Amino acid sequence: MIRLEKRPSPSRVWTAATPVLAVALTMVAGGVLFAMLGKDPVAAIRIIFWDPLFNEQFASYSRPQLLVKAGPLILIAIGLSLGFRAGIWNIGAEGQYIIGALSGAGVALALYPLEAWFVFPLMVIAGGLGGWAWAMIPAILKTRFRTNEILVSLLLVYVAEQILAAMALGLMRNPEGGGFPGSRNLQQYPAAANTELIANSGMHWGVVAAFVAVIAAYVLLNRHMLGFQIRLTGQSPRAARFAGVNPNGLVLFCLGASGALAGLAGLFEVSGPAGQVSIDFNQGYGFTAIIVAFLGRLNPVGILLAGLLMALTYIGGELAQFMLNLPAAAIQAFQGMLLFFLLGLDVLTNYRLRWGKREIA
Amino acid sequence: MKRRTFLATSALALGLAGTAFAQDKVKVGFIYVGPVNDGGWSQHHHESAMVMKEHFGDAIELVEQESVPEGADTERALTQMALSGCDIVFATSFGFMDPTINVAKKFPKVKFEHATGYKRAENVSTYSARFYEGRAVQGLLAGRMTQSNVIGYIGSFPIPEVIRGIDSAFIHARKVNPDVQFKVVWANTWFDPAKEADAATALINQGADVILQHTDSTAPHAAAEKAGNVYTFGQAADMAEYAPKPRISSIIDNWAPYYIERVQAVMDGTWESKDTWGGIASGMVKIGEISDAVPAEIRDEAIALEESISSGAYHPFTGPLNKQDGSVWLAEGEVADDGTLAGLNFYVEGLSGEVPK
Repeated sequence: MIRLEKRPSPSRVWTAATPVLAVALTMVAGGVLFAMLGKDPVAAIRIIFWDPLFNEQFASYSRPQLLVKAGPLILIAIGLSLGFRAGIWNIGAEGQYIIGALSGAGVALALYPLEAWFVFPLMVIAGGLGGWAWAMIPAILKTRFRTNEILVSLLLVYVAEQILAAMALGLMRNPEGGGFPGSRNLQQYPAAANTELIANSGMHWGVVAAFVAVIAAYVLLNRHMLGFQIRLTGQSPRAARFAGVNPNGLVLFCLGASGALAGLAGLFEVSGPAGQVSIDFNQGYGFTAIIVAFLGRLNPVGILLAGLLMALTYIGGELAQFMLNLPAAAIQAFQGMLLFFLLGLDVLTNYRLRWGKREIA
Repeated sequence: MKRRTFLATSALALGLAGTAFAQDKVKVGFIYVGPVNDGGWSQHHHESAMVMKEHFGDAIELVEQESVPEGADTERALTQMALSGCDIVFATSFGFMDPTINVAKKFPKVKFEHATGYKRAENVSTYSARFYEGRAVQGLLAGRMTQSNVIGYIGSFPIPEVIRGIDSAFIHARKVNPDVQFKVVWANTWFDPAKEADAATALINQGADVILQHTDSTAPHAAAEKAGNVYTFGQAADMAEYAPKPRISSIIDNWAPYYIERVQAVMDGTWESKDTWGGIASGMVKIGEISDAVPAEIRDEAIALEESISSGAYHPFTGPLNKQDGSVWLAEGEVADDGTLAGLNFYVEGLSGEVPK
C-alpha cells in the first residue's frame, strides 16, 4: 500500500530533480510512442535532443536557431513567472505579444522610409507599451471590478487575433504587395530591422533582452522588496496583507510587467525573424511560454534552461519529422508529455511516498 | 602505348565516376502548410508527391514536413531540408513565398519550387493551376441548381487567386441565372474546420442553398449535410465521401505530372527556373465527377463548358465584362491576359460587398 504524506515544506531536492526526471520519463514514454509508430525510438530521441546541437550537417545552423526560438519564450515566461508566483494568472500573453508587435510595427510603417537612428528604439518603446496596455485591461478590470484575470486575459487573445487580421488586410497592408495581405517586410527596412548582432549567431536584440530579463528578474526576486512581496503574496496572501502589501498595486505591476515583456517579444519577432505583420503572425509563443515558466519552476535561471530545452524539442522535432517521417502530431504529443510528467512528478515535491500500513497515532 | 593505356584508364575512371554520380539518389523535399490528412490542399500535394515517388521508386529519396507555419518557421524548415542534402524542395503554400526566396539565396545549388507565388529567382520556380477554369464550371452548376438564388462563398484570404475564383464562378452563375446573388464570407484561414463550419452555417442561415469554398477542409460539407437541401463542391480534393449530396462536383488539383516532370528535369540536369500555370487542358485542374443529384441536361451543359475551356475555344474571362464600379474591364470579345489575372484584385460588376482592404 502506497500512501502520500504531505511534507511540512516542499522538498528542495525534488524541486530540482523533478524537471530532470520529467525529461527522462518523456524520453522513455516518447520512445515507446515512436516505436509504436514503427520508427526507431533511439534514433528519434537522438535526432530530437542530440542532432540540433552536435550533428555536423545541421548543428552550425540549428544551434543559433535555438536562441531564435528560445528568445521570445524566455522573455514572455520571465514576465509570466512574476505574476504566477504571486497567484496572478496572466494567460493572455499571446494577445499582448500580438499587440506589442502591431504597436512596434505600426511605428516603423508610419515612419517608413525614414532612415534615422531613433526608429528602432521608438519601436521598442511602442512594442513594450502596446503589450503593457493590453495587459492593463484585465488588470484594471480585476482591481476595479474584481473580474477574473484568467478569463479576461485569455479572451483578449482572440480579440487581438482579429485586430491582427484586420491590420494585415487593411491599414498595415503593403501598398506594393500586389493586393496580397501582409505588411512591408521590416527586414528590408534597415532602420527598423532587428538583424543578427553577430552574423550566424542567432543573437538578435530579442535574445539580448531575454538574457537581461533573466538577470533583472533574478535580482528583483532575491534582492528587492517588491520581489519579497511577490513571493510572500504567493505563499500567504493574508500574511502579505499584514505585512503591508498593496494587493491591487501588485496586480497592476505583475500583469503590466508580463504584458510589457510579451509585447517586447512580439516586437522583436515582427522586426526580426518573422519580418512582417501577417494574418497568422502569432505561433503560440504566449501559450508555450506558460509551459516554459512552470518547467523552469518559476525561477529565472530555470526558465532560461527550460526555454532552451523547449526550443530544442521544437527544432529537433522538426528534424525528426522529415528525417524519420514522423507525423507532426507525434512531436506535439511528445512535447505535451513533458508538461504532463512534470506536473505529475510535482506531487513528490509536496508529498512524501510512504510504503506500508498507516501507523496508528 | 603507356600513355594510351593511361588515357583509357582515366577515361574509364571518369566514366565510372559519371555513372556513380548519376546513380546518386535525387533527394526531394516537400513542406506543407496543413496536416497531410487535411482532406484538401495539403493532402493533395502529399498524394501527388506519393505518386511521384512511386514513379521514380528507389531513384529518389522523399522527405516531407507537414503543418509548417507560414513565417519564421518556414525559413528554418526549408533551410534544414537544404542542409540535409535535398536537391529540390517544393514549398506548397502561398505564404511560403518570402522564406523560399530568402533560403534559395543561401543555397544556390538547391532548386526550389513554390506553389501559387509570384516571386522567382535563378533557382526558384513557381507553379500554379488555373483553378478559375474549374470555378467557371462550378459557377454554372451553382447558378442552375440554386432555388433561393443565393449562393454562399467561403473565401480564405483576399488574394488574387481567391478573387479570380469568386469572379469566375459569379460570371458563369449569372450567365445561366440572371437573378443569382453571391454572399462571400472571409474565413482568413486555409484550414480551420471549426471556422469553416461556422461560415457555412452562417451562409445557410442567410438563405444560401449552394456553398462554394476556397478553404481546404470538409467541414462545410458536413454543415450542409446537416442543414439538408444545400449543395457543395469539393475543393482541392474530390471530397467524394460527401457525394452524391451535398457534394455535387469538385475541383481536383492534380500536381503529380508536374512533380514528375520537374524531378526528372533535376535528374537530367535540365532544370530551369520558370513559371507554370496549368489548367484543365494540361490536366493540372480536374473537375470531379458531377453526381446524380444534378439533372442530366445540366450535367451535359457543365461538361460542354469544361470541354470548350479545355480545347481553348472559350476563356472564362471573355468580355464584355465590367468591374464592380461599372467601369469597363474587357470589351466585347476581349480576353483577359495572364498578367492582369495574376494580380486580379477587384470584383466584377454585379457582385455585392467589397474586397477586404
